[in-house]
Amino acid sequence: MSDSRTARRTVAASLFAVTALLAAACTTGGAASKADTGADDTTPVTITFWHGLSSPHEIASVDAVLAKFHKKYPYITVKAVAAQTDDKVNQAIRGGTAPDVASSFNAANVGGWCSSGAFQDLTPDIKADHVDLSQIPKAVQSYTAFDGKRCTMPWLADTFGLYYNKKLFAKAGITSPPKTMSELAADAKKLTTFNADGSIKTAGFMPYLGAYEMLTEHLVPSWGGKWLTSDGQSNVGGDPAFAQALTWQKNLVDWFGAKKLVTFKAGMGDEFSAQNAFETGKLAMMVDGEWRNAFIKNDKADIEYGTAAVPAADGKSQLYGAGYVGGNVIGMPRGAKHPGAAWKLIKFLTTDTGALTTLADAIGNVPTTTAALDSPSLGLSKDPNFAPFLEVYKNPLTTTTPASGDGGAYLTNFGHFVEKWQSGGVPDLTAGLTAVDKQNNAALKLGQ
Amino acid sequence: MATHQIVQLPLVTAPLKARMRRNRLRVLLFLAPGLVGFTVFLIYPLVMTVWLSFTNSNMISQAQFVGLRNYRYLLDGDPLIWHAVRNTAWLVVIMVPAQVLFALGVAMVTARLKAGASLFRTLFYLPALAPPVAATVAFVCMFNPNSGPVNRILGLLGIHGPLWFNSPDWSKPALTLLALWGSGTMMVIFLAALLEVPAELYEAAELDGAGPWHRFRYVTLPTISPVVLFATVTGVIAGLQYFTQAMVASQVANGNIQPAPGYPDGSTLTFPQQLYIAGFNQFHAGYACALAVVLFVVAMAFTVVLLRRASGFDIEESPR
Repeated sequence: MSDSRTARRTVAASLFAVTALLAAACTTGGAASKADTGADDTTPVTITFWHGLSSPHEIASVDAVLAKFHKKYPYITVKAVAAQTDDKVNQAIRGGTAPDVASSFNAANVGGWCSSGAFQDLTPDIKADHVDLSQIPKAVQSYTAFDGKRCTMPWLADTFGLYYNKKLFAKAGITSPPKTMSELAADAKKLTTFNADGSIKTAGFMPYLGAYEMLTEHLVPSWGGKWLTSDGQSNVGGDPAFAQALTWQKNLVDWFGAKKLVTFKAGMGDEFSAQNAFETGKLAMMVDGEWRNAFIKNDKADIEYGTAAVPAADGKSQLYGAGYVGGNVIGMPRGAKHPGAAWKLIKFLTTDTGALTTLADAIGNVPTTTAALDSPSLGLSKDPNFAPFLEVYKNPLTTTTPASGDGGAYLTNFGHFVEKWQSGGVPDLTAGLTAVDKQNNAALKLGQ
Repeated sequence: MATHQIVQLPLVTAPLKARMRRNRLRVLLFLAPGLVGFTVFLIYPLVMTVWLSFTNSNMISQAQFVGLRNYRYLLDGDPLIWHAVRNTAWLVVIMVPAQVLFALGVAMVTARLKAGASLFRTLFYLPALAPPVAATVAFVCMFNPNSGPVNRILGLLGIHGPLWFNSPDWSKPALTLLALWGSGTMMVIFLAALLEVPAELYEAAELDGAGPWHRFRYVTLPTISPVVLFATVTGVIAGLQYFTQAMVASQVANGNIQPAPGYPDGSTLTFPQQLYIAGFNQFHAGYACALAVVLFVVAMAFTVVLLRRASGFDIEESPR
């Protein structure tokens, strides 16, 4: 009897020891530390930089900018690792093997990173080096920081505008791009053609939310909608802009017929391929990011097109020229081994005019400081199809989806709501939006 | 009898005890790799998952105990969880039995084939070798309502094809078709079991006047029942964990580069997808752990119920 108890104790002790060892091994590693180089330390150091860019020309562009950095700081060598995802970054932070610097395409994660301490607050470095944040628009500042913590900096941005097919415009007798949402709807109807069986042959505009970049976040700035209140609560029910935008959108969906739009959407071709419906001439107008210019060029699309700001809601002409801005972020994960050198790289990549214009020109994104925007070396500003996107960036009424502690769950919840809405499953829009507010606020509380 | 009492046992206890202890240590030593693996890969994650489900963990900063908050949010706050529960339940109740029946049917047909059996068995098994992501992408393209060959063929037959992966009503049936197409592994297991059924049992049944249905009901089914049970239990567990195909199909059908979990209209959002989104996209690892605990309990309950029900399905107890 006592022997079996001893055996059980032995087994229990072994299990406990293994579990304890594992528990120790699995706690989040890499506490914040800034133990290495100070500002004047020139001891040679190699830092690791993870970024998400993956195509050969993008990687080459980043490497060219990093070569400039190395020339400026010869004692800092940067080991760049391409095609990294946020999941990998998070996993490395948890495992205590985070790189010194990491960038992300997904600014929705900024809230979670700042509030959890996964990325370090850069405010002390910014203050110490007197970095002027006023050279970055307010909207851009709002998606790169959270709850008073600036844990990332913007590293190039994306703005959204209206692309239109000039040939189809001329054929329909339209002489200029629409400036109001009524004009957009009217032009869309004029530009649409149908097949003999009633299906859509060419869509003047694709109002179905979720098709390519036709997302509520890119549409609602035309009504001046604000997703969150100043104290971070969901605002989609409280701000009439959302109901107005969705009503406009649903009216246009109903004109086409939701089923016809879904069928057409299924055959639009992949967004980032040469089969993109705008590039093949099946879609006459669309809301898209500035990057489409580069894709149209790279895909050698046989299309004569123009760009403009997304039309403003009727009666809100002051919003014409503004739009949506989002973009890449870059920061220093917890556990960075060389924070001094890491900060130098972040500062260089996000505030050095030459670095910003070189990379912006190479990959066709919007540079993030006013100095870079106004720089004569920015080749993109000379492209008339790119210029509207730079103007959107500069416009003080341009808005964004602000950072939230739950990785932008408010957008996910809203996305599911609008799918129901546009397929006719929401009888009372106001009540529906109020319910979304409630859901969003419950999700925000969950992480607290 | 009294002489057989082990009165002298205390005298031999000391060396015996030492030997027994050595033996026990030896046993433990041999068991150690298994025990370590069991602890590391099962007990520890399970215990940690249960613990984290009562915290506000985001897997990055220090977790704090929040009591039942995550479970309350599951029942009352998460706007998408009931979509996910309904979809996963649909897959378990419709897709899994369909897959078992289809695999069994195909196995029975290929088991009877006299000519070209190897060819057909290979053909039916091949889809199981296709990586799930590639197979799903191909399937969504084939079922594209605008340009896919399936609707084109249906059109030639005068049938106006549905929107398949783009319709909330048809997306799960389309995923079921994908599952049937890829059920080669289950088919092979059934085939092996069917080929093991002794031929003389069929001969005896035939002599007794049993028709095809009775031969299947009273000879085939009782003999292969353990395999059917195995396929059902593993199928149910796989159905509860259904993730990859739904995730890929929604994104490809939506045509957007961003993942679109649940597209269209939440119809392909499964429970594990919601768990993944909560844990890895929304920094709600504590809540994701609560979902994982619920999933574990449901999977266990299904397994226990199926195994208990199966006692009346066993060859020994089956009616003859």
